[in-house]
Amino acid sequence: MEIEARANPMDKYLRADRIPHIWCSGCGLGIVLNAFLHAIEELNIDLDKLAVVSGIGCTGRIAGYINTDSYHTTHGRAIPFATGLKLANPEMKVVVISGDGDLFAIGGNHFIHAARRNIDITVIGVNNYNYGMTGGQLGPTTPLGARTTTSPYGNIEHPFNLCHVAHAAGAVYVARWTVLHAIRLKNSIKEALNKRGFSFIEVIAACPTTYGRRNKMPDALDEMRFYREHSVIKHGIDPSQANIEIGKEIVVGKFVDIEKPTFNEAVEELKKKVKKK
Amino acid sequence: MKKEIRFWNGSIAVSEGAIVAGCRFFAGYPITPASDIAEYMALRLPQEDGIFIQMEDEIASIAALLGASWGGAKVMTSTSGPGFSLMQENVGLAAVTETPLVIAEVQRAGPSTGMPTLVGQGDVMQSRWGSHGDYETIVISPSSPQESFDLVIRAFNLAELYRVPVIFLMDECIAHMSERVVIPPKEEIEVVERIKPNVSPEKYMPFQPVNDIAPMATAGMGYRVHVTGLTHNEKGYPMTTSPEVQEWMVRHICDKIRKNEHKIRDIEEYRMEDAEIAIVAFGIVGRSAKAAVKMARRHRIKAGLIRLKTIWPFPESYFESMADSIKKFIVAEINYGQIKLEVERAVHGKASVELLPKFGGAVHQPMEIYQKIKEVKNGN
Repeated sequence: MEIEARANPMDKYLRADRIPHIWCSGCGLGIVLNAFLHAIEELNIDLDKLAVVSGIGCTGRIAGYINTDSYHTTHGRAIPFATGLKLANPEMKVVVISGDGDLFAIGGNHFIHAARRNIDITVIGVNNYNYGMTGGQLGPTTPLGARTTTSPYGNIEHPFNLCHVAHAAGAVYVARWTVLHAIRLKNSIKEALNKRGFSFIEVIAACPTTYGRRNKMPDALDEMRFYREHSVIKHGIDPSQANIEIGKEIVVGKFVDIEKPTFNEAVEELKKKVKKK
Repeated sequence: MKKEIRFWNGSIAVSEGAIVAGCRFFAGYPITPASDIAEYMALRLPQEDGIFIQMEDEIASIAALLGASWGGAKVMTSTSGPGFSLMQENVGLAAVTETPLVIAEVQRAGPSTGMPTLVGQGDVMQSRWGSHGDYETIVISPSSPQESFDLVIRAFNLAELYRVPVIFLMDECIAHMSERVVIPPKEEIEVVERIKPNVSPEKYMPFQPVNDIAPMATAGMGYRVHVTGLTHNEKGYPMTTSPEVQEWMVRHICDKIRKNEHKIRDIEEYRMEDAEIAIVAFGIVGRSAKAAVKMARRHRIKAGLIRLKTIWPFPESYFESMADSIKKFIVAEINYGQIKLEVERAVHGKASVELLPKFGGAVHQPMEIYQKIKEVKNGN
């Protein structure tokens, strides 16, 4: 039986002909997408002047659902792609939305260098502690001890604290939220989009299918409940004090919000200085 | 405007040619023997309202090119073998997303780290087959600073015309040798601009070819294009379980080049009018080969030279028809037999094809090629 779907007020931001999306039930990515679209709506951003760039993975599919210029690139390379796009076309607002494995394992080098250069882009890094698309392998953010398909006896690697990495590399805006903090996340995305320079938001997201069920949280609601019970908002805290450990509190909030010249601005300065003879 | 005369090395010539062609974005990473190009672009692009950025590696460099090309710019990077190896995944992304870009690849002797400061021509196959899957590139090989200037303009034009990554395959010694370069008056230089859509966004199909090539809507034009490295349909939407769409897409990205091979083809023939033995060469070896042909002619041996200025798509039908009259080909290249295999394949057994290899680090001396001509002439 065909069921006619009713139009949703947010449909204009989506490529409706590509819905339903590929994500599992209980996945946190829908909340991230929703928060992002509401942020765009509230800021009244011109969709013709917005580019969304993704890498590969579950989060990498976000670009394809948003009704704007959207680029689904190779694994790990969303940030350098976005760097080229922003430099060549500074009128565009450029946002990278990708996952923890894409941005911080295979693409980790690009993340730190884009932050260092202060490229004027916003990076939303969705951290679900594992590689979801490929079946739940160990990632650079998998907490110590967590079970994944490639750490069947429990993870023996120390994970990245993404916000600490972003801060150390030079990001001008750094925040962390979980998908439980939908409104705060949306507000934070608005701040980041308005920020000149390299802004980074880490979103802790549920992945019941490939992570939760191997780590005693088989239901997405278990993860949401965990976020509610363990998240502590600490704005302005030194991100090095916000490590993520299994079963421990998750420190969320806006950690960094500073000003410094962007790479685009530096390039324009340089061009003025080097006028052709 | 009058023509201008310069004394430039190949690295400067390729950079200036790129700027004339409209290149305003360069992302690169230092590597011997290609760094001179990046250094020169860092100096020149800000003067031309362009952007130079030194990226953290070659993977980032080509990814930035893709982004900038979709941002609307004409783009180039420079690299050498090891860096080119790192770029290959995104060469595939450029091929499948039909992104115009130019890679100036100054070859050094490989494999691996090899001989960083010395000549080699071992990247012929890499520039054709370096990424996974079926796709086509255009590969151009200059044999002088003059051609570095002239042909890189053509490289940009072809990249735009066919929406394809073009590899400008240079030799270490071409990049570093300085010679007279004549710059024609601006109005005599043909520069091809990107074909943009002229239909409304509702009607626009970003990957639907119009006369072989789809007009390209870059970021901010209001077409809201989705671009993906996944197998995609004319709309740009992923179709990852449809063998039909896969066939349509792969045929398209290959056939737009294959069926236009005769238009892309650029070959210099020297003393071929009555030749019985043909040397096939490209890049720097073309110059030694020309000297060898002159020696042979002085000794009344009917030798000629076929110099490939475009290597890929390979001019198969050209060689097949040449083999009607030429029965002996000698392929001189600074590798252990890459173009030789292509020539052999193209002549369909109608002629003998001999390899005269150099393994890297040195260029064939004219005398060596002449000796080979004599050998082949005498049937040894």
